[in-house]
Amino acid sequence: MGSTAYIARRLLYGVILLVGVLVLNFFLIHAAPGDPAETIAGVMGGATAKMLAEIRASYGLDKPLLTQLAIYLGHVAHGDLGMSYYFNQPVIGLIAARVGPTILLVLAAQVFAITIGVAMGVFAARKPSGPLSAFITVLSTIGYAAPVFWTGIMLIILLASIWPIFPVDGMTSARFAGGYFAYIGDVLYHLVLPAFTLAIIFLAQYSRLSRASMIDVLGADYVRTARAKGLSETKVVFKHALRNAVLPIITVAGIQFGNLISGALLVESVFNWPGMGRLAFDSVLRRDYPTLLGILFFAALMVIVANLLTDLSYRFADPRIRTGGR
Amino acid sequence: MKLTRREILGSAGALLIAPDIAFHAHAAEPQKGGTMVMVSTQVPRHLNPAVQSGIATAVPGTQIFASPLRYDADWNPHPYLAESWKVAEDGLSCTLNLVKNAKFHDGKPVTSDDVKFSIETIKAHHPFKTMFEPVSSIETPDEHTAVIRLARPHPALLLCMSGALCPIIPKHVFGDGQDIVNHPANSNPIGSGPFKLAEFKAGEQIVLEKNPDFFIEGRPYLDKIVIRISPDLSTVVLATENGQADFLPWLAESQYITRLQKSDRLGVTDKGYAAVGPINWLAFNTAKAPLDNKAVRQAIGYAIDRNFVTKALLRGIAKAQRSPIIESSPFFNPKMPSYGLDLDKANAMLDEAGHKKGADGMRFKLTIDYLPGGGEQQQGVAQYLKSQLKKAGIDIEVRASPDFPTWAKRISNYDFDLTMDEVYNWGDPVIGVHRTYLSSNIRKGVIWSNTQQYSNPKVDELLNNAAVEKDPKKRKAFYDEFQMIVGDDLPIYWINALPYHTVYDKRLGNVPESIWGSMQSMDEVYWKEKRS
Repeated sequence: MGSTAYIARRLLYGVILLVGVLVLNFFLIHAAPGDPAETIAGVMGGATAKMLAEIRASYGLDKPLLTQLAIYLGHVAHGDLGMSYYFNQPVIGLIAARVGPTILLVLAAQVFAITIGVAMGVFAARKPSGPLSAFITVLSTIGYAAPVFWTGIMLIILLASIWPIFPVDGMTSARFAGGYFAYIGDVLYHLVLPAFTLAIIFLAQYSRLSRASMIDVLGADYVRTARAKGLSETKVVFKHALRNAVLPIITVAGIQFGNLISGALLVESVFNWPGMGRLAFDSVLRRDYPTLLGILFFAALMVIVANLLTDLSYRFADPRIRTGGR
Repeated sequence: MKLTRREILGSAGALLIAPDIAFHAHAAEPQKGGTMVMVSTQVPRHLNPAVQSGIATAVPGTQIFASPLRYDADWNPHPYLAESWKVAEDGLSCTLNLVKNAKFHDGKPVTSDDVKFSIETIKAHHPFKTMFEPVSSIETPDEHTAVIRLARPHPALLLCMSGALCPIIPKHVFGDGQDIVNHPANSNPIGSGPFKLAEFKAGEQIVLEKNPDFFIEGRPYLDKIVIRISPDLSTVVLATENGQADFLPWLAESQYITRLQKSDRLGVTDKGYAAVGPINWLAFNTAKAPLDNKAVRQAIGYAIDRNFVTKALLRGIAKAQRSPIIESSPFFNPKMPSYGLDLDKANAMLDEAGHKKGADGMRFKLTIDYLPGGGEQQQGVAQYLKSQLKKAGIDIEVRASPDFPTWAKRISNYDFDLTMDEVYNWGDPVIGVHRTYLSSNIRKGVIWSNTQQYSNPKVDELLNNAAVEKDPKKRKAFYDEFQMIVGDDLPIYWINALPYHTVYDKRLGNVPESIWGSMQSMDEVYWKEKRS
């Protein structure tokens, strides 16, 4: 199968999957107890039957569920994700303002996880039965097992409360008044704790994976040859072995993208990070269906695109991979 | 409390006070400039208090919009957009004389047409129907005079002219024919208040910048107010503790209040919430056996130790509350019965009511609901009641609701025995108290109506009389009697005033402490020393 046909087929699958995600989420959300009209009326300061009827009519909540679904899908097909019940603003605008911070957090966490995880794995692999290796294994297991919100709270207690080194007030300082570079510095300063918290879960996996893969590679013939040539151990490990050992990491990193986004939801809530996760969490509580559906749609889109890119990169990177020939 | 209730209650007579009156005595001329960072867990839907009640919208809304009047810490009205006002002898009209130099943020003048449009909008769309319901028409004889005509005397009217309840919104923006409840300008409003909206990131941040053309010369002092919104209270507290935020109003969790009181850098005050009148209470479903029996309700009252809640559970920072009217209000009747703890009496009353203890020591079983997300005030007290009422042989099951809509549906459809709740007085009893006790407000499906289904014709009569009584003394007498009756009927056991506190950087001057606190213009707040 040619690349063009392959991509077209994958895109078609992606669209079908997205529609499936939308429909499934639509029914799941509507199956939850609670009435958005009552929530809106409640926050408006108390409902009357007339007010409830007006709210239901204005958001189409008085129509049969399948009709609501058809209308919704029709709007999405035209690029319209509807209006937020709560904010009465277009969902697309609400999400647009929050996609950036979420992507920044997820990418920063991924970079943290890969660099620290691989470094830990490499150190552990050099003496697989040594105490350092055991220590790293235990540490990464704890990091993997601990719930992300707990890790976040512990880091806040340690690094924002007992020793107030890092801020907890979102993505930028509220008083910020500086130039472009100062702004980037401010964002990075705010990014450290949430990104590190999110990275911890994945870091454990990368460290175990790279340890195993390094142990394999370090025993390979070409590494022995490199050592026999008299190359320094550092060169052997980082130039020869790591290049091959890191391949499975790239594979896993692509697969983990979806998990990173779901982890980000919790981390954002703990650190007041102004991304999609926090908005999703709040939207569930407010029964803000359009906003929640919009966020889930975007999250699904991001995962589908990430997987597609990962698959494509294998195709181009490794000529042995052919669809159907795996 | 020494109060000039005469003015509040709208007795006749013009009040002419210089419009630049300050609520605070300044030792020296306040500093100008600087940014105040406020943090909040409240997420406003939009910023137009004309069509939306609640703190979340009122705090930024009262900075963006000015109102006819504003109030000091002693319930006295002061000129704001109205430089003077006069209530007619018969109580059937109120004339507002507007300042002549007020402009909206787009440069257009504020006129009596805007006042008329605003009050009509609020009357039609604000959930607090009682505020302007008696208004029959509004005349505008000239650009700076508005005459509010009333179908009957309405002594609460002047308090309804406060910032949080009566923002003057521009007719040329909101009167364009679009549905005002969903008007796009609600999220991007212009008003005539001391601050202009610079940025509104829904659910995240509101940035307000100084209005250089504000009609009170030399104000506001601050250049900017940034309101940072976080859903997580502990994050908000930590940001204040670490100096990332300067101002945290509406904090009611005792553990955080006591923690922040220890800070040298921060001031903590409970002033600024008198008009809000927030009450934490236990409501009875009076239409359901055995709670339809007054004696059973009273027995439950005697079985509860209010002092344990305020002193132990809430760490001594909450004030006890034994009336439907907040005890800091001039309408509060101190003769109200308090139902002090008396378990013997409670048990005897329940025996007498025919509810003998069974073999397991229990008389009957009840569920107790609570407002989700209310923290120690709600779930904490509900759990305490479970163990406490067991001592009177009442088996309590605490029923959690996953979220507000679930709870609201249960309570408003009368699917409950007991529920904890938090309800505000909103200044005048007409606005926030009547709704809970009037039998005409038993409306199924409507939360914060008379969900107790309490009905007493005498109470209806007293409240209806109090709503139209011009004479402050007589009006107070009506409320006194009303309190004694509901104190005896006990459709609700009032527990405590929500211990709202404001936490602020001590370098801030004129921290809002009026009856409306931060739900009123903060044009006088300033930094005592230069800050960015």
